[in-house]
Amino acid sequence: MSAIDIRYAPAAFERRQRRNARVSALGWAACALAFALLASALLDILFLVFHRGLSALNLQLFLTPTSGIGGGLLNAIEGSVLLTLGALLLAVPIGVLGGIYVSEYSRDWLAHGVRFVADVLVGVPSIVFGLFGYLTMVTALDWHFSMAAGCITLALMIAPYMLRTTELALRGVPHELREASYALGAGQAATVTHVLLRECASRVLTGILLATAISMGETAPLIYTVNWSNYYWNGHLTHEPVAYLTYVIWSFINEPFASAHALAYAAALMITLFVLALTLLARLSLNRLTVRRSA
Amino acid sequence: MRPSDALFRVTVTLFAAVIPLSLLVLLLFLLHDAWPAIRFNGVDFLFKNAWNLGNQYGNPVTVHGQQVMPGASFAILFLIVGTLASSLIALLLAVPLGVGAAIFLAEAVPAGLRSYLALLVELLASVPSVVFGLWGYVVLIPLLAHHVYPHLARWLSGVPFLGPPPGSGYGLLTAGIVLALMCVPLIAANLREAIEATPQALREAGLAVGATRFEIVRKIILPRLRLPLIGVSTLALGRALGETMAVLMISGNALNILPGNIYSPISTMASFMVSQLDSALQDPTNMAVYGIAEIGLALLLLSLLVNAVARVLMPRGLSA
Repeated sequence: MSAIDIRYAPAAFERRQRRNARVSALGWAACALAFALLASALLDILFLVFHRGLSALNLQLFLTPTSGIGGGLLNAIEGSVLLTLGALLLAVPIGVLGGIYVSEYSRDWLAHGVRFVADVLVGVPSIVFGLFGYLTMVTALDWHFSMAAGCITLALMIAPYMLRTTELALRGVPHELREASYALGAGQAATVTHVLLRECASRVLTGILLATAISMGETAPLIYTVNWSNYYWNGHLTHEPVAYLTYVIWSFINEPFASAHALAYAAALMITLFVLALTLLARLSLNRLTVRRSA
Repeated sequence: MRPSDALFRVTVTLFAAVIPLSLLVLLLFLLHDAWPAIRFNGVDFLFKNAWNLGNQYGNPVTVHGQQVMPGASFAILFLIVGTLASSLIALLLAVPLGVGAAIFLAEAVPAGLRSYLALLVELLASVPSVVFGLWGYVVLIPLLAHHVYPHLARWLSGVPFLGPPPGSGYGLLTAGIVLALMCVPLIAANLREAIEATPQALREAGLAVGATRFEIVRKIILPRLRLPLIGVSTLALGRALGETMAVLMISGNALNILPGNIYSPISTMASFMVSQLDSALQDPTNMAVYGIAEIGLALLLLSLLVNAVARVLMPRGLSA
């Protein structure tokens, strides 16, 4: 058995140190490059949308409906807003109340099941929800392409997401608050509505904002349930197709006419601006919240 | 229990029950409407390249007890290959990019700047699919088709699947690149969080034995993140499998052919469901719609499987 070699070998040591430094520099460079690639992709997407979108903007867009491949976008703006509001109207009660259940009765077997299914449903492709809406509402119930079919389809899609964000918001509330509330003699219902929800309201709202952004940016399920219309919505929940902005982007960019392209870029600008604004707002409220907590 | 609390409990339970109920109804309806197609297609559905509505002007014939147009067949091997291949390419690109960006953001950027720079990666997640498609169509495809693919194909001309012909820009690799950009924020955000949560003592131990900062990342921090990385990559795979609009706009929408190399046009199950809807509605026997329902059912089962695996690997679930 030879003893461990601990001779002082400055040349070998320095060689190794130089090699390590080189490997490190290469590693950092690779990481920086990965970041730069991703950031430049986002910036280029935003540049395209803002550059072409801004030059396509004019007052007409906000005052008139589309006609063929020209005209304005007011019918599509109206449709997108109404579809999303309708979806929120249906999904918020399911998402928020469901989230309360999963968080406050978390030891029930049903709560485990609901949480698992919600997680899995968040990952189900939106086109599958669209197909479901088509098979059930558009054809079986004979509603045709319509506002109601679109709203219900979008609601089914975003409700599981809201359920999970609401649950996580409630779980973030310190346990002492629950205990304090029970100690004052409040029941579970009063504790949740008067103490917990008030404490985490902005986090619940953040989840709703993000779900709104998802719903606004969707296209595929709406092609299957709402189709497209050149007119304003006429107030009928069924039997009337509706216009929406994302359709304009997909469909009009393939037309050979400059007027169609201008509409597509303008629609892309509106949708992107709206979705980014909602996302940034949601992040801002989350950041402010954590700052207040830690202070 | 007080009556108000009992009422509260019943109410929230009922609303929560809508979620599992909706999955059940989703499965049942897709199965119900796909059933005639399942009877007609048999196992060929998964193993042949033959999506053909048949002669739309003939008289319907009865095959396997199902009414179809003469010559009709519905088989989607090319869609399964297109879906899996584009998603795998997306993962191969997104994992190194996501890990690299997460390391850069968590370890190399000063804390004050970090949340702003992280936005530049994480906002990619909120760009709508159809806007990615627009960007791919207008910017990425001309760039790749003229300045990247021809050189890449020539340079790799001996390598199977990577050599020429370089194609038109619409195809498998383009779809993979855009899908990678779409699911990279999920990987980068989760990993960044995990790196930041590494105990300070471990870093100090690394410094104490003379490791460089990069060696600490590579030999101490990253090995601990193997499991979360596998979980979040599975989740990203699930996202990529079902992505519709962007793929529809940039993949070339191939019909009934398998990709010859990574530049070939493809279709995915999700994009094909949109591109075929109009023609399927023309089928007087409705079998084409049942066929689309069968694609939808297959896609649903695939995504349920992938997401269930991701959920088991990442018990914390939803985070992004």
